[in-house]
Amino acid sequence: MIHLLDNIIFTLLLGTGVGYFTWQVKKTIRNVKLGKPYDRTDRKNERWKNVLLVAFGQKKMFKRPIPALLHLAVYLGFIIINIEVIEIIIDGVFGTHRVLKFAGPFYDFLIASFEVLAFLVIVAVTLFWIRRNIIKLRRFNMPEMEGWPKKDANYILYFEFVLMTAFLTMNAADKKLQLLNHPHYDQAGSFPVSSFLLNILPEDPSSLVMIERSMWWIHIIGILIFLNYLYFSKHYHILLAFPNVFYAKLPPLAKLDNLESVKKEVELMLDPNADPYASPPDENEEPGRFGAKDIFDLKWINLLNAYTCTECGRCTSVCPANQTGKLLSPRKIMMSVRDRTEEVSKIIDKKGKFEDDGKSLLDYITPEEIWACTTCNACVEECPVMIDPLDIIIQIRQYMVMEESAAPAELNLMFTNIENNGAPWQYSQADRLNWVNE
Amino acid sequence: MSELQVKTMAELAQEGKIPEYLYWVGCMGSYDDRAKKITKAFVKLLQKAGVDFAVLGPEESCSGDPAKRAGNEFLFQMQAMSNIEVMNAYGVKKVITTCPHCFNTFKNEYPGLGGKYEVYHHSEILKKLVEEGKLQPADNPFENQTVTFHDPCYLGRGNGMYDEPRNVLKGARIQIKEMPNHKENAVCCGAGGAQMFKEAENQREEIFVFRTREALELNPDIIATACAFCNTMITDGVKHYNKEKEVQVLDIAEILLRSIEK
Ligand code: SF4
Ligand code: SF4
Repeated sequence: MIHLLDNIIFTLLLGTGVGYFTWQVKKTIRNVKLGKPYDRTDRKNERWKNVLLVAFGQKKMFKRPIPALLHLAVYLGFIIINIEVIEIIIDGVFGTHRVLKFAGPFYDFLIASFEVLAFLVIVAVTLFWIRRNIIKLRRFNMPEMEGWPKKDANYILYFEFVLMTAFLTMNAADKKLQLLNHPHYDQAGSFPVSSFLLNILPEDPSSLVMIERSMWWIHIIGILIFLNYLYFSKHYHILLAFPNVFYAKLPPLAKLDNLESVKKEVELMLDPNADPYASPPDENEEPGRFGAKDIFDLKWINLLNAYTCTECGRCTSVCPANQTGKLLSPRKIMMSVRDRTEEVSKIIDKKGKFEDDGKSLLDYITPEEIWACTTCNACVEECPVMIDPLDIIIQIRQYMVMEESAAPAELNLMFTNIENNGAPWQYSQADRLNWVNE
Repeated sequence: MSELQVKTMAELAQEGKIPEYLYWVGCMGSYDDRAKKITKAFVKLLQKAGVDFAVLGPEESCSGDPAKRAGNEFLFQMQAMSNIEVMNAYGVKKVITTCPHCFNTFKNEYPGLGGKYEVYHHSEILKKLVEEGKLQPADNPFENQTVTFHDPCYLGRGNGMYDEPRNVLKGARIQIKEMPNHKENAVCCGAGGAQMFKEAENQREEIFVFRTREALELNPDIIATACAFCNTMITDGVKHYNKEKEVQVLDIAEILLRSIEK
C-alpha cells in the first residue's frame, strides 16, 4: 500500500515536472517567433556538420583546453547519467528496484561508468566554482554579471553538486544493503566510487533504507526542478545549443544581409522610368521599420541566440572594444536582448498579447555600446555555440541612422562625403587618379 | 618621380578593349598618402607580371562599406547600385582590390544587388603570380629580419583567407614570426565598422595601441599587413611607442616588390 502511494506521488511529480517544462518550451518558441521571419535552412550539410562538431563535439570549446575538459566531464555526465534517469522513472512508476539489472555485466559497467562520471562532475563543478568565486576570473566578474547572472551560475553548480552527491550516496547505501542481503536489494551494479563511502554510512538496515530512499527522491526531484529551472537560466544552452548551432550564421562571417526593404526604395530612386504609383503599398504589409529598435524588429535567430547564450563571456574577452576598456560587451548585448524579450513575454502572459509598455530594446542597450563596435567578428568566431552578437549591433545601428538620424556627428559627415564626392573624405572624385603621377 | 602608366577603363573602351581585370583602388588607395604607395607598389607588380588590367579612375566611387557598417544601408545600396552600373557598362568580369573591405563587399554583398564578378584580393593575385613564376623574388631579400603579419579582419575571420597573404610573404622567402593572437584569433586594428572615421568611445586605450603592442613584443623589423586601414592604424601604434625608426609597417605588395627589386 505504502509502495502504491509512492508510485502515485512519483507519477504525479513526474507529470507535473514534464508538463510544466513542456509549457516553458512552448513559451520559448512563442517568444523566439516574436522576431521577424528569416530563412536559415540553406546549406543543410554544413549545418548538420556544425551540429555534430560544434554542438555535440564542442569543437569551439577546445580552443581553451582546460575548461573544455572540465566542461566535457559535466556534459558527458549530463548526457550519460540521464540513462540512469530512465531506470529511475521506470522504478518510480512501477515500484521496481533497479529494473535494468537484468543486463548483468553490462549493467555493472553502466553503473560503474555513471559513478566515475558523477565523480568527475563533482571535481569539475568544484573547480568551476573556485574559478568563479575564489580566483574570480575576469570574464565571470564583469558588470553585466552582477546580481542574478552570477547567482544563476552558482546555483547551477550547487545543483549539479547536490545531484551527483545524492546519486553516489544512494548507490553507497544500496551497496551496503546488498552486502547485508537486505530483501529487495539484490546484488546489482558495480560501485567503484561510492564503495569509498561505505564506512561512513550507518550499519543498521532501516537507516540505510531511509538514506537510500531519500537520496533517490532527492536525485529525481532535483532533476525535475533543474529541468524547469532551465528557462530562467543560462543553463538553457544544454538544449538550445543544438538548434542554435544548426541555424547559426555560416561563413563568410563578414557578409551582411542587404536589406530588402531598402533595396525596393533604392531601385525606385535610381530608376528614372519607375512609376512611383505603379506598385501601391501592400495593404497587408506592416509598415516596416528600418533596423531594430525592439526585439520585434530583430530576426527570430537573434532571439534564439539570446536564449541560448551561456553568458560565458568568451566573446567579450576577445572583443577589442571591451579589451581596451570600452562599455561594449557582446555578451551584454545578448543578455539585454534576452532580458527585453522576457519583459515582453511577461506582458504577453499577463494580457494575452503585447501592449506597448513605452519601452524598447534601446532602454537596455545604449548608443555608446553600439557605436564602439569595429565589426571585427571576433565575438562571432569565439562563441562556443555560434551566436552572432554583431548582427544585432548592426541592426540597431540601422535603426539609429535610418530612423532616428542619430549617428555620431563624424559619421554623418562621412555619409555626406560619400554622397557628395564618392569617398568618406572631402576629396574630389576627379582626383582619384592623382596617385599615378605623384 | 615614378613614370607609371595606368590605363583607365574609359581609355581602353575607346580603343575597343576590355582588360582582363579591373583593379579597384579604393578610397584609401586613391587618397591616403601612405596607401597610395601601396597602390603604386601593387600596380608595379601587376605590370612586371604583365597582367592585363585597368582602373576606373575618376569613375570609381566608394564601395559603400563604411556606410553599411555604420548602419546607413540606403547610402550603401545607392553606392553599390551605381558602382555596379558603371562596372557592368564596361563589361567587367574580374575585379582585384587591395582593400579587404571593398573585397568583402564586392564578393559577398554586391551579387545580391546585381553585381556578379569574380573578386580577388591582391593577396590571391600576388600569390598566383609568384607561383606561376611571373614574379620572381630574390634569394633572401629579408635575411635576418623579423617579420610578423597582422591579419585584417575582413580578409581573415571575415572571409577565411589566412593563408593567401602569408603565402605571398613566403613567396618573398620570409619566415613569419606569428603574434600570439593570429589567424582566427587576430585582434582587430580598430579601424573597421567605420571606426576609422570617428573618435573612440570612453576607453582605457586605443585599439591600435593594444594591437601594436602585441606585435612590438616580438621585436619585429617589419609588421606586414594586407589592408590600408590596418596599415594606418598599426603605423599610428608604432608611432605611439616611438618605434618608427626601428619598425616598418608594410603591405605584402610592398614587401614582394622589394624582394623583387633587390
Ligand atoms: S564585432 Fe564588435 S562586438 Fe564583436 S568582438 Fe568585434 S568589436 Fe566586439
Ligand atoms: S554570446 Fe557566446 S561567447 Fe558570448 S557569452 Fe554568450 S555563449 Fe558565451
